[in-house]
Amino acid sequence: MSDESLRFRRFPRFPARLPVGGHVGRWRWAVAVLLVLPAVAAPFQLAPFRVFQLTMVLVYTVALLGLNLLVGHAGQISLGHGGFFALGSYTAAIMLDRWDVPYLLTLPAAMAVTFVLGFALGVPALRLRGLYLALVTMTIAIFLVPLLKRFSSLTGGSMGLTLSRPSPPAWTSLAEDQWLYLVVLAVTAALSLAVVWLLRSRVGRALHAVRDNEAAAEVMGVRLARYKTLTFAWSAMLAGAAGAMNTWVIAFVSPDSFTANLSIILLAGIVVGGLGSLAGPLLGGVFVLYVPTLSQGVNDAAPGVVFGLLIILVMYAAPTGLAGLAGRAGRVIEQVRRKK
Amino acid sequence: MAGFVQQLVEGLGAGAIYASLALALVLIYQFTGIVNFAQGELAMFSTFIAWQFTHAGLPFWLALILTLAISFGGGMLIERVLIRPVEGAPELTLVIVTLGLFILVNAAAGWIWSFLIKDFPNPFPSGAFKAGGVSLGHSTLGVLGVVAAVMGLLYLLFRYTKIGLAMRAVAANPGSARLVGIRTSGVLALGWGLAALVGAVSGVLVAPVLFLEPNMMGGVLVYAFAAATLGGFDSPAGAVLGGLIVGVAETLAGAYVGTIGSDLKIGVPLAIILGVLLVRPQGLFGRAAVERA
Amino acid sequence: MHTKTIRLTSVTAALAALLAASACGGRGDGSGPTVAQGECKGQQATGIAEKSVKLGGIYPLSGPASAYGDIPKGIKAYFDYVNAEKGGVNGRKIEFIVRDDGYQPPKSVEEARRLVEQEQVFALFQTLGTPTSSAVMEYANKKKVPQVFVSSGASKWGSDPVAHPWTIGWQPSYLSEGRVYGQYLKTEKPNAKVAVLYQNDDFGKDLREGFVKAIEGSGVKVVAEQTYEVTDPSIDPQMRNLANSRADVLLDITTPKFGTQALAADAKNTDWNPLHIINNVASSPTVLRPVGFGKVQDIVSAAFLKDPSDPQWADDTEMRLYREKLKKYAGGLDPQIPYHSLGWASGSAMEKALATLKCPTREGLMKAVRDLKDVRSDLLLPGVSMNTTAQDGFPIETLQLQRFKGERWNLFGQPVDTRKAFG
Repeated sequence: MSDESLRFRRFPRFPARLPVGGHVGRWRWAVAVLLVLPAVAAPFQLAPFRVFQLTMVLVYTVALLGLNLLVGHAGQISLGHGGFFALGSYTAAIMLDRWDVPYLLTLPAAMAVTFVLGFALGVPALRLRGLYLALVTMTIAIFLVPLLKRFSSLTGGSMGLTLSRPSPPAWTSLAEDQWLYLVVLAVTAALSLAVVWLLRSRVGRALHAVRDNEAAAEVMGVRLARYKTLTFAWSAMLAGAAGAMNTWVIAFVSPDSFTANLSIILLAGIVVGGLGSLAGPLLGGVFVLYVPTLSQGVNDAAPGVVFGLLIILVMYAAPTGLAGLAGRAGRVIEQVRRKK
Repeated sequence: MAGFVQQLVEGLGAGAIYASLALALVLIYQFTGIVNFAQGELAMFSTFIAWQFTHAGLPFWLALILTLAISFGGGMLIERVLIRPVEGAPELTLVIVTLGLFILVNAAAGWIWSFLIKDFPNPFPSGAFKAGGVSLGHSTLGVLGVVAAVMGLLYLLFRYTKIGLAMRAVAANPGSARLVGIRTSGVLALGWGLAALVGAVSGVLVAPVLFLEPNMMGGVLVYAFAAATLGGFDSPAGAVLGGLIVGVAETLAGAYVGTIGSDLKIGVPLAIILGVLLVRPQGLFGRAAVERA
Repeated sequence: MHTKTIRLTSVTAALAALLAASACGGRGDGSGPTVAQGECKGQQATGIAEKSVKLGGIYPLSGPASAYGDIPKGIKAYFDYVNAEKGGVNGRKIEFIVRDDGYQPPKSVEEARRLVEQEQVFALFQTLGTPTSSAVMEYANKKKVPQVFVSSGASKWGSDPVAHPWTIGWQPSYLSEGRVYGQYLKTEKPNAKVAVLYQNDDFGKDLREGFVKAIEGSGVKVVAEQTYEVTDPSIDPQMRNLANSRADVLLDITTPKFGTQALAADAKNTDWNPLHIINNVASSPTVLRPVGFGKVQDIVSAAFLKDPSDPQWADDTEMRLYREKLKKYAGGLDPQIPYHSLGWASGSAMEKALATLKCPTREGLMKAVRDLKDVRSDLLLPGVSMNTTAQDGFPIETLQLQRFKGERWNLFGQPVDTRKAFG
């Protein structure tokens, strides 16, 4: 056997292109306005049910933002992000249930808890990679379910905890769903900007160097261990933030809300959305929320058959994710424009 | 003491089941470098096919042979139809395709055969050998024997046949293999077919114990992953040993460690895996990674 | 950089299109709450009209719990039959919309909101499962939408009509089923040593708790307990540990697949022959058959419904109607599957409840389901009927003990009214 075979097959192979660049042009502002306007206007235009759906899309977007940081930018795979999501959810739920704290406080608390735990797990995760890391994180997520049931005095056991939804402050005269949407939108925007800023800093460059060629990066003086562990912690923290917001919106947590399925669907979501791209988490969030519903629309008898088929079809049509598909469309348009 | 040995024996029996599916997982990883999430569901589907044959009145062994042939063909077909179109894509894309396949096959089985529990004929005689208060079920022994036989056959195939050599070449270095005239795509399809076949064997072994229904392999898959991770994803022997260790550890923990209790016993294999991987990140029998920059 | 910008633009455009597509109609969609006139003035009449009533149900049609997806098929068949042959209920044709939640609580909330806000259903009939229905309960009560005949045996659906006036269960609670077994052992085997196998969730814990409460202070003692997770591949290790206890009785609180495994493990172990009590959820002959009827003789269980695969009901009028109409209105369905008959029975219960509406309003429905007096619905066992009061939110509280002989269950003793027996 050649020594090539001794290499681990590294999991995600990416184009070596850096996804974020500088240069803020006229176009960019137009795009930003185009994105922000409908996002802010949405709750005043849509029926409450639709607003709720969009809120959930944003919640998943934040979780996928974290997963994207880890998988898309650092090249490590986690099949356990449902676990961090659950931890964030439970942190918020227990705080609301036990101490009746103002709900906004539960967000930083959930982020702190998941950050610390992510950091602790990031240390052993350093030694593992690719598939091994993925499977170890998955078993941890699976283990969390009986663990949550065991400490029932705190977590409510298998019955879960029922809470009430945060109500909007009186001065806003907004409906509950509108207020929640706007709060979640603000958090999502803030966290997205933070991630963009992070990726543009030297941290982002270091991460990409590690992802694209670990050995070379190390030779160039990138402190591998530090960046990898930190990325794991940040990524867990974002999933935790999403979990806390999930608790606000759903107002109920139970171990059954966070089975291994959630972790798997999250990973599928980010790959389908587009790894390493800015739009990926958002598109992935849209996929996670809307496609199961779409599947039932197609085949009432066995929605699972359609859902599975849709995942496969999307991967055929867009092997690098939906964001990649959009990118390809963009390049085609660009070429046409140039010819003109 | 007899009680302890008995638990050990039962642990080995459970472990053999995990090992059988882990073998299929390892096979496919060797050839394609991906983890096939759908492996357990494909095994379940194969078992349903075998059930359909025996239900139609075919003798068990004929049904088994037909099922193995169909599974082998089906595995190759899946490679051709589902995997080939995304071959050049990032490996994670392939993994997600197998995930889609997992969801699809599980739902399809429920749709076709319903969720009613079906009994599956046990190829091994009932009863047990008894000695010194310990009883070793014939079927436990049978499962262990079949798993050992499958492992042995795979070894012979890889070691002593031309096709096995070609498969090893592709697994080692697809580019160079193609250069020396091996049809890599054919070999990849063969890998999928073989894995599906080994999976079918696993399903048929599992079904008499766990009873057949669409979610039969879901729980087994998790333990099979654990087994393969522990043993090393590039070592069939490691996968089998990993399966046995996981089975024994889980059974003993459930039986003897009071504070753990049966609800948290899944934590025991987890702890073992973490422990082993921290010392040997490539699994017990995996090869260490040598990076070439 | 332009390519980059255009890529973002196209993503944005796609999202904007998505928003626009879902925006049709704008906020305040629909005609708003419909209010009744006449003597029921001021009550909510959304989803119900002179000739129609719209109901919405949420079940796992996908994912690991999709076996339960068979229940709405039975309900649909029943409603189709009522609409076609009885002209609906009081002239109202029933429209039944089924949504899939995959047994994930967040998804249940989403689907409940879709049914209530988008589809404008009259009531949620039914939601399935404890965690999923719990997630919906808060919303339904805040929105004042009936969540009737929840398909789960948790006691929370009926225990607090003041806090959750809009939610009501249907089947006997797991708690009272556990008590029935405890009561039975106290009289039959007053010094029994009991081994308990239970699923580590609300279902298993409730049933176990009911049992433990009932045997408190008696000679019946629990000597060993084991739990399992639904994700476990097998419960054989748990069964071995229980066998070591040498108990006289095995209380088996499992769901169908694990029920089959437990019965098989018990049959295989010839050194330990306890009285095997299997809970109602796993008592269908479809669960016993894979083990072999010969190996499950004399096991004990409790029931409230007639099972379609039990030969003793072959000539029963209600059962014949079920088989005949299921064939007519849902040709492909296997009448043997107990979930189909469970759906049929609960559909019938809903029909009976709708038939007694005094006010065709949501308030009227809750009043009706909280005032059932000895109402029989199809396929309930003889002696079992639905009874509720304003304080008592448990429609069915009668269970019948049964013992398996030959190829069928034999009912024995009187139906146990857990209300009377335990207060």
